[in-house]
Formats: sequence, structure tokens, C-alpha cells
Amino acid sequence: MKKIKLLDIAHGRSGDKGDAANVGIIAYDDKGYQIIKKYLTKEKVKEHFNGICLGEVDRFELPNIRALNFLLHNTLGGGGTVSLKHDAQGKTLAAALLRMEVEIDD
Amino acid sequence: MKDKIRIASGQGFWGDLIDAPYTQVTAGQVDYLVMDYLAEVTMSILQKQKNKNPKLGYARDIPELMDRILPICKKNNIKIITNGGGVNPEACAEAVVEVARKHNIKNLKIALVVGDNILDKIDNVISNGCLLNNMETGEPITIVKDKLLSANVYFGAMPIVEALKQGADIVITGRTTDTGLTLAPMIYEFGWDKNDYNLLSAGTVAGHILECGGQASGGNLLADWRSVPDIDNIGFPIAEAYPNGEIIITKHESLGGKVSIETVSEQLVYEIGDPKNYITPDCVADFTSIKLEEVGKNRVKVFNVKGAPETEFYKVSCSYSSGYSAVGTLTYSWPDALSKAKKADEILRKRFEKLNLKFDEIRTEYVGYNSCHGPLSENIDEDKINEVMLRVAVRGNDYNSIERFGKEIAPLILTGPPSVTGFAGGRPKPAEVVAYWPALIPKKLVEPKVVMVTL
Repeated sequence: MKKIKLLDIAHGRSGDKGDAANVGIIAYDDKGYQIIKKYLTKEKVKEHFNGICLGEVDRFELPNIRALNFLLHNTLGGGGTVSLKHDAQGKTLAAALLRMEVEIDD
Repeated sequence: MKDKIRIASGQGFWGDLIDAPYTQVTAGQVDYLVMDYLAEVTMSILQKQKNKNPKLGYARDIPELMDRILPICKKNNIKIITNGGGVNPEACAEAVVEVARKHNIKNLKIALVVGDNILDKIDNVISNGCLLNNMETGEPITIVKDKLLSANVYFGAMPIVEALKQGADIVITGRTTDTGLTLAPMIYEFGWDKNDYNLLSAGTVAGHILECGGQASGGNLLADWRSVPDIDNIGFPIAEAYPNGEIIITKHESLGGKVSIETVSEQLVYEIGDPKNYITPDCVADFTSIKLEEVGKNRVKVFNVKGAPETEFYKVSCSYSSGYSAVGTLTYSWPDALSKAKKADEILRKRFEKLNLKFDEIRTEYVGYNSCHGPLSENIDEDKINEVMLRVAVRGNDYNSIERFGKEIAPLILTGPPSVTGFAGGRPKPAEVVAYWPALIPKKLVEPKVVMVTL
């Protein structure tokens, strides 16, 4: 087993869709995509955003661009115009996901 | 038929770089300039402006911009497509006509796309059996009907195509999808069949890449952000479209920024849901079919896009008034910056309680510590924190409580923890909260109309 920082193997972008945040994570290469595909499960992402994402997590694969897209429901304090959050549109949540460290098989 | 057309993105939102559209039409060859001005909250602001003054209700940057670019666009035959007409495309067109007259421009055709504004027709829509249920909660619109501020249908590319067929030099629309602005010139120039969903999806994907301006050409780039050259002089993206549906995303070579697989991929995943079903009024694009290839410096080819037929519905974006909010901030310095800010928050909340203020929500964040990543923020040894900004926000229906909140922030300077500053802007004022109500409407209940103004 070894520990990998997601920030070292992937980039991404996040934004708002109503009260849900969309977090797109893109691997820099095929090997990185295999890692995020295997280890970035719905459950793992939901656990990571504990206290931020108060709803379900949807997970979608875009193997063509080596990306995963997550929809974090009930996350933005009521959505862009209602939210009292400083980051009302979830713009910094892609970086927040890239904080994650994953333990992978060698 | 042209063998290719170049479509330049000029604005990613109302408030984007003022000079970008001018730069796009002067730093190299383009055939079309497309500008997206409308965010969800924008429509309600524009509707309020129009209620106060029937000559307003559109993106007011447009006349000033046209003053700079109209003579250039007319001379070089660059067509302009924008949704900046907001809730009053007619008044926007009048303002543009005035600019054209000032420059003595003749033979100008301005097309308006109208019919998207259904605020006055809600009862009619409901009596036709469409309850405009909230797409997120399922509730019928009747529960907020009395508080509605705006209600607009998102049209797609087809009304713009019709306008271009009628010879329009400028197309000004109300609520139109961002993607439709870019797709329309491809359909018009290449004669794409409205049932060829792969081609429509290719143009839609191009529109998605262009719709946030510089975000596809080096702005907000998480991948190696330091690598973006001359970002101060960023060139907004350009879609070079070919009749077979291949698109090359590029930018003017003399400008800064960069176009790469990374810049395009980040924009592709921005604000999407299910990537297999990217729904627009024109088609349902499959983002998992898209292939990207770097074919030159600052040139990324987008190809192999697949799609499916459009749905029977238009999306409707409604906004309604939902109480008030206010935000106050104060900055605490080392030593003990975070502890001081936390103590100030505690004092505030006790005072709110004593005053019996009524809020639906109070939210406290510590900028410089946890306002972005909340509980994911790393704990920092307090001695290493130089300063923290306390940010308290409140929301509720009781105007007086929200107003009183604004009067409780400044007193903390003399009646709370020390080493505090940053209260310069005066008391925070209550702002009206505009909530958003997304719904669907059967396409047969609304009819887009194209109106021509000829000069």
C-alpha cells in the first residue's frame, strides 16, 4: 500500500446546480484515471464531504476525458441566490476534494 | 457554404471583462461574436429595473460596447449574437439603433427573439394543465405565485437560426441557452438538419466550452495555474467550426492565456449533471462521447460528439422574493486572532437572543481559516494565524430583525475583543433574497418570435 495525494494526479473544476454542487475531477493520465475510478467511490466522496454535503452523492464517469463528475446534493445552503455561504456556488469544492489522500495498492 | 466559421466568445457573464468583445473582433479574424450576459439571478434584477422604468431591463453594457464595436463588426461582416436583451430585448434594440445612427451605419438588420417571458401568462399556463412544478422539490408554483419576480423560458438555437436566415447582422434575445448562441451560426452557415442530433450536439458542446469566456482559455485553471502565459491579456476562446461537426477550440495568437486539453476538459465538466444527458432545447448531448486532441499550439480539436433528440419540454427559470439577508464582516489580528473572532461571534449571538431577533439562518465563517473548505480545513496552530475575518450572515422574513443585525456589527469594535479593524463600509443593509424556481413547460405552450428592426 502507498498513499497518494489526489492533487498530484488530478485537477478539476466545481460549480453550482441549484442547491447541489458539481465537482468534476480529471486525471492527468490514464494511470491516474484508473486510480480515481477505483478509489473515488460515491461513499468515499460522501464521507470526505461530511458536514458539507448534507444530501446524496451522484457519481458519473467520463472515461473519454479521464474524468469523474460528482453531484453533491443539499450542499450550498439553499443554492446560489439564497445561500449565506461565502462560497455560495461551490467554486472551491474541486480543490476541497483534491485534498483527499488515497491509499492504493502498489 | 463556408468551409469553416470562427465564433468568438465575448462575455462569460454580465460583469466579465469589458474589453474582451472588442479584443475578440480586433485581434484577428472572426465571423461571429457571441455574448452571454444572463445568470439566473440576473433576470430578476432586470425585471425589477424594467418595472421601475419600461426603457430598462436589458444588459446596459451593450450600448456602450456597440459604440466601440459596431462600426468594426459592420465593416468586417462580423455578426453579433447575445442574450443581453434580458427581459426587454426591444429596448435593447432601440439603444443599439441609436448607436448605429450616431455612426451613420446603414443597411443594418437587428433581430429580436422574444416570447420567452411568461411572467404575465402564468395563469394561462396553469389552466393549460402545466403546474410548473419545482424540478428540485416537486411543489407547484402556486405556492410562490404572488411573490414571483420573473419567469422566462429558455429558448435554444432555432429562433436565432431563423433570425440569421432573415439576414440579421445582430441578434438580441431574451432568455436563450448559452449553448444556443454558439450552435445557431453553425446550423445556419452549414445548413445542418435540425434532426441531425450528432451535429447539433457537437455545436452544443462548443457552446458549453465558450459560454464561460476565459474559463476555457486559461482562467480559473486548476491544472498548473502558474503555467498560463500573459493571463493579464487573456484571449477569450474561439470555436472554429467545420461542416462535419468538428470544432477546434483556439484563441487569437497575439493574446495571452492558453488553450489545452486541460483548459478544455475543466470547462467540459463545469456545472454539468449526468454527462450522458446534457439536456438543451435543441438536443441531448452525450459528453461521454466527446474526443479531444491537441492539433497545434493553442488548438484543441473536439470531435466524435454524439447526441439524441431533444425533449418535449423547455426549461423555465422563475425567480421569487424570499425574505431578506445581510452580511457583516470584521477582521481580528494576531495574537489569538481566531479565538477573538469566535468570541465576537458568541457575543453577537447572545445580543441577538436578548433582542429577540428572528432569523431563519445565522451562518458564521472565518475567512482566512475555514470559509472555503469548512470542516475539511486543516487545523492551524493559532500562534501562526496572522489574522482572521469574521463573516456573519443572516437570512429571514422579518425585515426589522435583518436591519437590526446590521446595527449590531460595528459596536463590536468598542465592546468586544481587541485588535479589530475593517469596518469601513457602513452598516450592512438588508438585501432582498431572490430564490430560484426551475420548472419545465411543454414546448407547445410557448412560441418564440423573431422581430426584425431594419435600419
